[in-house]
Amino acid sequence: MNMAVRTPDPKKLIKGATGDWEIIIGLEVHAQVSSNAKLFSGASAVFGAEPNMHVSLVDAAMPGMLPVINEECVAQAIRTGLGLKAEINLYSVFDRKNYFYPDLPQGYQISQYKQPIVGEGKVLLDMPEGVVEIGIERLHLEQDAGKSIHDQHPTMSFVDLNRSGVALMEIVSKPDLRSSEEVKAYLAKLRTILRYLGTCDGNMEEGSMRADINVSVRKPGDPLGTRCEIKNVNSMRFAAQAVEFEARRQIGIIEDGGKIDQETRLYDPGKGETRSMRSKEEAHDYRYFPDPDLLPLELDPAWVEGLKANLPELPDEKKARFVADYGITPYDAMVLTLERASADYYELVAKKRDGKAVANFMINELFGRLNKDGKGIEASPVTPDQLGAIVDLIGDGTISGKIAKDLFEIVYTEGGDPKKLVEERGLKQVTDTGAIEKAVDEVIAANPDKAEQAKAKPTLSGWFVGQVMKATGGKANPQAVNDLVKAKLGIE
Amino acid sequence: MTDLTSLTLAEARDALKAKSFTAVELTDAYLAAMEKARVLNAYVTETPDKARDMARASDARIAAGKAGALEGLPLGIKDLYATKGVHTQACSHILDGFEPTYESTVSANLWADGAVMLGKLNMDEFAMGSSNETSHYGSVVNPWRRNGSDVNLVPGGSSGGSAAAVAARLCLGATATDTGGSIRQPAAFTGTTGIKPTYGRCSRWGLVAFASSLDQAGPIARDVRDTAILLKSMASVDPKDTTSVDLPVPDYEAAIGKSVKGFKIGIPKEYRLDGMPAEIDALWQKGIDILREAGAEIVDISLPHTKYALPAYYIVAPAEASSNLARYDGVRYGLRVPGSDIIDMYENTRAAGFGAEVKRRILIGTYVLSAGYYDAYYLRAQKVRTLIKRDFETVYAAGVDAILTPATPSAAFGIGEKADADPVEMYLNDVFTVTVNMAGLPGLAVPAGLSAEGLPLGLQLIGRPFDEETLFTLGSTIEKAVGTFTPKQWW
Repeated sequence: MNMAVRTPDPKKLIKGATGDWEIIIGLEVHAQVSSNAKLFSGASAVFGAEPNMHVSLVDAAMPGMLPVINEECVAQAIRTGLGLKAEINLYSVFDRKNYFYPDLPQGYQISQYKQPIVGEGKVLLDMPEGVVEIGIERLHLEQDAGKSIHDQHPTMSFVDLNRSGVALMEIVSKPDLRSSEEVKAYLAKLRTILRYLGTCDGNMEEGSMRADINVSVRKPGDPLGTRCEIKNVNSMRFAAQAVEFEARRQIGIIEDGGKIDQETRLYDPGKGETRSMRSKEEAHDYRYFPDPDLLPLELDPAWVEGLKANLPELPDEKKARFVADYGITPYDAMVLTLERASADYYELVAKKRDGKAVANFMINELFGRLNKDGKGIEASPVTPDQLGAIVDLIGDGTISGKIAKDLFEIVYTEGGDPKKLVEERGLKQVTDTGAIEKAVDEVIAANPDKAEQAKAKPTLSGWFVGQVMKATGGKANPQAVNDLVKAKLGIE
Repeated sequence: MTDLTSLTLAEARDALKAKSFTAVELTDAYLAAMEKARVLNAYVTETPDKARDMARASDARIAAGKAGALEGLPLGIKDLYATKGVHTQACSHILDGFEPTYESTVSANLWADGAVMLGKLNMDEFAMGSSNETSHYGSVVNPWRRNGSDVNLVPGGSSGGSAAAVAARLCLGATATDTGGSIRQPAAFTGTTGIKPTYGRCSRWGLVAFASSLDQAGPIARDVRDTAILLKSMASVDPKDTTSVDLPVPDYEAAIGKSVKGFKIGIPKEYRLDGMPAEIDALWQKGIDILREAGAEIVDISLPHTKYALPAYYIVAPAEASSNLARYDGVRYGLRVPGSDIIDMYENTRAAGFGAEVKRRILIGTYVLSAGYYDAYYLRAQKVRTLIKRDFETVYAAGVDAILTPATPSAAFGIGEKADADPVEMYLNDVFTVTVNMAGLPGLAVPAGLSAEGLPLGLQLIGRPFDEETLFTLGSTIEKAVGTFTPKQWW
């Protein structure tokens, strides 16, 4: 436990009436395992089918049915554990968590309680102040429940068991987070890692990733306060809002002389507040015990090694390599490695090119344009080859940076070979000093007053450069224009 | 022709092969016997149409020379087994009207070998009971009566319907299950033979679960040979039950009649209970003498943790049951008693659907798993279980081949006789049998004589894991010496 290890960062403290408060946050993230079939049955785990179409006899808890572990789900949990740099437990046990609910057909959820499949690990966050390490307490496999639907009939509820038995990984962090920004960064980083590994699609809207957030507050240096758990938060933005609200709520209570009751709360995004769901006294007694239908899960170390050997390069490693190999900044490397597809795209373009120039163009132009359209890199109309060609045209002086933006827009909307487009549409940069000189002379001749002023105030040369660029339709080589303007105005 | 129902399963098999009669004729003989014996209440559902269809198909296969190992042999199936499209309720009210769309692996194995289904057999509700008095469908009557008495006796439980049907010749053999003695105790009470195989020998898939770590399917039949023949067909590894074990299934019948010379038989001193009836003691001695005379070596052994087995069993089994029975909630199948909200519906359904004994065990199980009690009860019981297992491992490691004990502490008792007694008195019926389930070992109950009142008494043989063959060899040796036992027909 390194909950006390982090030195309170003054910038992350919340000001209260009685002084500064530190927020202590731990997260339990439920990530749906990407797999064809459910954790203990052969029914499809694919999202979006008609209600109750993906339900096996096991999922419906028919009498005499038995669970059989899905090896692929186990492999996915191991891969995730390896991606979190965590300890892999070669011996783990499935337990039953007992409670009654109509969307829980067996009357118990098969989960892992005392002996999870994955132990301690870590996640690194790139925060403005530097890298922050968040400890992982454990990861265990468990079944998802079905879905109760209460708005289809005046007096009855409907139950959809498609999700019943789908495999979830519950990833439990240590109480190492200290701000809503870190919560957002943690969820984003976890999502990135899971998507790199292909173990969870990270789609929070479809519920493939949900978070339970434990929040408490304390005066810096004090022991941990009483925590409240905010259940089932399904977006990063809501997670951040919920933490902010909950921390202030707790501070308010304590500063008013009250005390925090340990309880489970729900975040209402409409009202922007958390509200009590059940108190500690109302908490279920889940009567965990080892599931007698399932033998303990014993893993062959060679099998785990095989999974490790086939693991893809992970975001942190990729980021470090990008910095080293392409000379880009850690920030740019982080942005480029957020999605595996972006990183792959970048590498295709940056091979044998100026890595920095490619990074700049991708981050500023491509990502900006895709964002505007709400598109992912997979849907980019501009291929790596096209983007590379544009960067090359800038690099060899054929087009200016400004023209490059226009060219990019043409390629983005109309497609085509950037080289040919430059020829066909006359986008080539003018490097002919004769032509530039003529334009410079004309601008100076038309503005004798300004030319006089510029002699005293050399920064005015920028205005002349702008006018010349305008006159040449932006095709003049800006460096050449700059040099000529200064020479003609007689300023150094 | 003699009454076809008087033949053993092996005899009927050989006669069908010799075409002495047809499977349809044999099946009809059983259907007629069942009709006459309804007073015994052994069957909760008879499936005559299905039986005749299956028998006709068997006759066709026999004619085509494609007969399976159990071709044309009519069997009864305990109501705990899922049988496709047929009443499967574990004799509980809560499963009212439940007919599965699937067939249990064990019964499917039997049908694949050509057996014929006569119907579903009565049992204690969810296999919880030792007298078959907890069934929603009423008590089963033991075909045996005390000398000169017309008092109806229990057949034992939970597989009371299976044992009674076999003893009364209402089937050639029956499937049963054993969680704490549910095959061996009723077999002993009815003069039939039954084996609880090693845990994992038979698939549990499609058996309505009672206590998953203890439940095991097995047969009850008229003699040791028939029991061996049935087990061979029932046993298999099953990818749908990961606790089933992938070991070859031996030809158990070949173990019948083999010499027991050189076998070392352990006699555990802890099974000699205070106040045990003298005739049980005498029966045990008779078994010892038979095996010694047949050439086996008799050794005294100690299984020191035996006395903790029954209390530990009554923690582990109810704990698992409390969870296994949570699925009977009125939502998807079986009984539903409406309520004002979901909790009310659960409560109404489970209050009406479960009998008193099942409720008692759910309450015990829920209690022992509760926060604050788990360590004191469930965890400690699991430790006891490990120690019991170790007791057996120690004696087997010392060269003991099998262990001989009485099967039950008494003969069958009267229906209703223990109704007002402390439930623990009923639980004591399993005192010799639960250790075997706790250790996951095979146990065979074989009849060895009659009590002074003329009721059958049984001995139990406990074997090494997956060494059912030795039990069949030893059981057939005892059987050869004492013969088999048939009740006088009074129904």
